[in-house]
Amino acid sequence: MLLIQVLIVLFAGFAFMRVVVRLRRQMIGRGEFFVWACFWAAVAALVLTPRATQWFARVLGVGRGADAVFYLAIVGLSYLNFRLEFKLRTLQQQITQLVRKLALEKADQK
Amino acid sequence: MIERVVEAVRSRFPRTVVVDDGSTDDTALAARRAGATVVSHLINRGQGAALRTGFEYVLTRGADVIVTFDADGQHQVEDIAALVAPITERGFDVVLGSRFMAAGSQVPMGRKIVLKCAVWFTRLASQIRVTDAHSGLRAMSRRAAECIRIRQDGMAHASEILDEIVRHRLQFCEVPVRVLYTPYSQQKGQSSLAAFRIALDFLLGKWRN
Repeated sequence: MLLIQVLIVLFAGFAFMRVVVRLRRQMIGRGEFFVWACFWAAVAALVLTPRATQWFARVLGVGRGADAVFYLAIVGLSYLNFRLEFKLRTLQQQITQLVRKLALEKADQK
Repeated sequence: MIERVVEAVRSRFPRTVVVDDGSTDDTALAARRAGATVVSHLINRGQGAALRTGFEYVLTRGADVIVTFDADGQHQVEDIAALVAPITERGFDVVLGSRFMAAGSQVPMGRKIVLKCAVWFTRLASQIRVTDAHSGLRAMSRRAAECIRIRQDGMAHASEILDEIVRHRLQFCEVPVRVLYTPYSQQKGQSSLAAFRIALDFLLGKWRN
């Protein structure tokens, strides 16, 4: 087993433990726990069985399994970033509306 | 500084509203002592957000003409009358102050280059011909203030206002205003590098809406 495989599997294990902690603290529901648990299990499984990704890469028309995972990760992370950016802006606007409402209410009381 | 600005403005225009955008010092108290009505944001939300709060406040108080005036001492009270006149006498909706039309303005070279770029950027992005795209000294009628929707919390609101002027086909003109660049106003102002972030904020906001 390559060192990089060991490191990624260890990290997936750590991430899985964090998901368990969040479930115990009731920060996430069972449904969300299941999705994240599957995700990190899949990460570990793919790293341990590179042939599975090679098959996947062939289906996608990409040379190597690692390349397929890399390309998909970029697309996935970009989409996640887009969603976070959008949510953050919405949140910022909501905070401004709230701050404005409080300011105007307080000014009216004077 | 805020007391001096408020006192100077109030000597000619008694109905002065200061939007305190989450100041952590005694700014709000000082402005109130100087006689202004103060509307306070609990936390800092940016100049665009503060302007919109000010607009909403004065509109509920029956304002007919609204003048926006920076509190850092760079604007001159003597210029206000010239800004208001085209609205009250000639029916304009918005009057924009321009640093580049006035003989007495001494805009530092670095700032001048950035502002000229902003003018060209605005011509391209908003299809509006102005000589100064980011002047904080402007006047608008009640009708204009009701039409113009500021969604940009930060400094990009200045470009957004120009965009809104075009969108609502508001009648506008520019008048020369003198801007004093003191060490205090330059310290409080935006760095020239921030121009890139402001342009990006504006474009993202424009595409989003």
